[in-house]
Amino acid sequence: MSVRVGGAADAPSFPDAAKALVRNTQLRHNVRHATRVIRRKRDQAVGELPDWQQLRDAGHTIKQHTLRYLDSYLQQFEQACTRAGGKVHWARDADEANSIVTGIIRGCQSTEVIKVKTMTSDETGLNAALEAAGITPIETDLADLIIQLGEDQPSHIVVPALHRNRMEVRQIFLEKMKLVELGDRPDDLAQAARLYLREKFLRVKVGISGANFLVAETGSVCMVESEGNGRMCVTLPQVLVTLAGIEKIIPTFRDLEVFLQILPRSATGERMNPYNSLWTGVAPEDGPEEFHVVLLDNGRTNVLSDPETSETLDCIRCGACLNACPVYQQTGGHAYGSIYAGPIGAILTPQLQAMEHSQSLPYASSLCGACYEVCPVKINIPEILIHLRAKVVERGHGPLMEKVTMRTAGFMLTDGARLGAAQKLGRLGQIPFERGGQLHHLPGLLAGWTAGRDLDAIPEQSFRDWWAEREEARA
Amino acid sequence: MTAREEILTRVRRSTISASSSRQAEYATIPRHYEQRGGRDLVARIDLFTDRLLDYGCGVHGCAGNEIASSIGHILRERNKRRVLVTGDIPEEWLLAGFEFAQAGGLSYDALNEFEGVISRCALAIAVTGTIVLRHTPTEGVRALSLIPDYHLCCVFENQVEELVPEGIQRMSRFAGSPITTIAGPSATADIEMTRIKGVHGPRTLDVLLISDENAQEGAS
Repeated sequence: MSVRVGGAADAPSFPDAAKALVRNTQLRHNVRHATRVIRRKRDQAVGELPDWQQLRDAGHTIKQHTLRYLDSYLQQFEQACTRAGGKVHWARDADEANSIVTGIIRGCQSTEVIKVKTMTSDETGLNAALEAAGITPIETDLADLIIQLGEDQPSHIVVPALHRNRMEVRQIFLEKMKLVELGDRPDDLAQAARLYLREKFLRVKVGISGANFLVAETGSVCMVESEGNGRMCVTLPQVLVTLAGIEKIIPTFRDLEVFLQILPRSATGERMNPYNSLWTGVAPEDGPEEFHVVLLDNGRTNVLSDPETSETLDCIRCGACLNACPVYQQTGGHAYGSIYAGPIGAILTPQLQAMEHSQSLPYASSLCGACYEVCPVKINIPEILIHLRAKVVERGHGPLMEKVTMRTAGFMLTDGARLGAAQKLGRLGQIPFERGGQLHHLPGLLAGWTAGRDLDAIPEQSFRDWWAEREEARA
Repeated sequence: MTAREEILTRVRRSTISASSSRQAEYATIPRHYEQRGGRDLVARIDLFTDRLLDYGCGVHGCAGNEIASSIGHILRERNKRRVLVTGDIPEEWLLAGFEFAQAGGLSYDALNEFEGVISRCALAIAVTGTIVLRHTPTEGVRALSLIPDYHLCCVFENQVEELVPEGIQRMSRFAGSPITTIAGPSATADIEMTRIKGVHGPRTLDVLLISDENAQEGAS
């Protein structure tokens, strides 16, 4: 079995990737603008609900409960979905999921497939697998279409193309849709997408979707969206394949009363997103004649195995933690090297891969706690980050000298005389690196600090020296 | 081992796996959020109307004996003539002067030729401005309210619940049918977080709110 999370295993470390990205001022401007707008809308939509904290508590508890009984809920979903005419498949890893989906599409003699936004298919690298099998995947979500036509990578869970502005989108559409004329208002661009995709919706025989929730009790799938491309993809094709992680299960239909309140308000700051589609197996005379669900593990059972961090799987992919994160706001999503960016990506990506890759991600945080504050299912991301940092160090991948440094610091700081001596030494040592009271380009271990931060030079006189001098003068 | 067995085995290593305690534990989930609204009918309809307007819907009201004239008025204002109707729209709601058609047996391409669709709904939720469609051949298959560019939805005032939990409870009675919930016309904010009305679903949504004390309960 080999777990794959997009291209995360081969991505450069977070600090290396971020260094280049933060120099792209256009990208930073786009990301800052978008996250600021969503944050404001989210705060307003959440502030409107007097029972927000109670909803968070319920959401958290439902998810935690589901994980504790996940095997029995998975089987209950399988039974209910099968009874309603659906076919349930199980995939251990990305390759297995891709080959199941490819097999189904081949079975219907189709060389094209329409897709509605699914992060899970980005995780498994489904599009590349389909193309290798001679099948053309057509992304239908506006942002995903921008990413696909622009040969780009998603940078946000909910608004994957937020790093692009309207002029960039216009340029991509002009070229790839072979248009002669196109305005640059968001309206013009959306209409271009409507025209481009309409014919495909009416013609293509296979659709692929993700799922926001799988209801164990009824075997229903719930998909949350805005544009109507999702409704097209799950309704019009003859065959529908839904790819979903095993953690998307919720126990009962009633539980939607919690998640359909917390998800839209957290994700886009809307009271309700324009469309939710719910379907159960196949329906007579309505929609696809054939329905498949692929239940994907791909490392989720790795995450589940550590009780300290398994609540990572509570995530409902709202993206609120990305928008709230001061690190994400500066770097955007690409720096994380994973299709799951931001705070949730920093804990999910390495865990899915059993901590074997993406070890720099648990450090891509200032631990300020803004992510935990906004999380609608109360995932304690800062605590998990710290736990994962410990794991990285245990595996010998962490900052190797960290332990030695900490011990030395402890030795120095617990004795006034030793501290004084160290400060004296430091004052001498800093001379080559000091400019205007600031230290630049320190060598060795300290280089990591001065590469990205300001550091005041050790002053001429320490507080202890000043105090001693003052006492002396008084005497 | 099959993939199914292997995944379930891996899951079981970390879970409790005793479905007898599952039920008991599920019952203890804290649900201290609001489950019943306190607004009367008038306040509920005001709230629903406010939400619909916020989404950019057209909102109209009429009494039970004015439905046909109201529908005619709205369609003329929108300049829609060739319009599909779902099977639960009574004939007496449809005035002469329009080309109304039932969708039965029409291909998707044929549906695409129509200017709009008139449907009813199963229920609505005031606080989020949500309309819930239950899809049956009579109440309209999914494609019907999706492909045409214009949707006029008729909602009886007594179908409007106040809160999401109240709406979900009503929906659970027909959870096996395909369901679509609609909150305003199709929209996106994918480009610079600017909300744009109308991408792939109907670009215009009108709601006709019908007050009728003798009206039958909704399709549910």
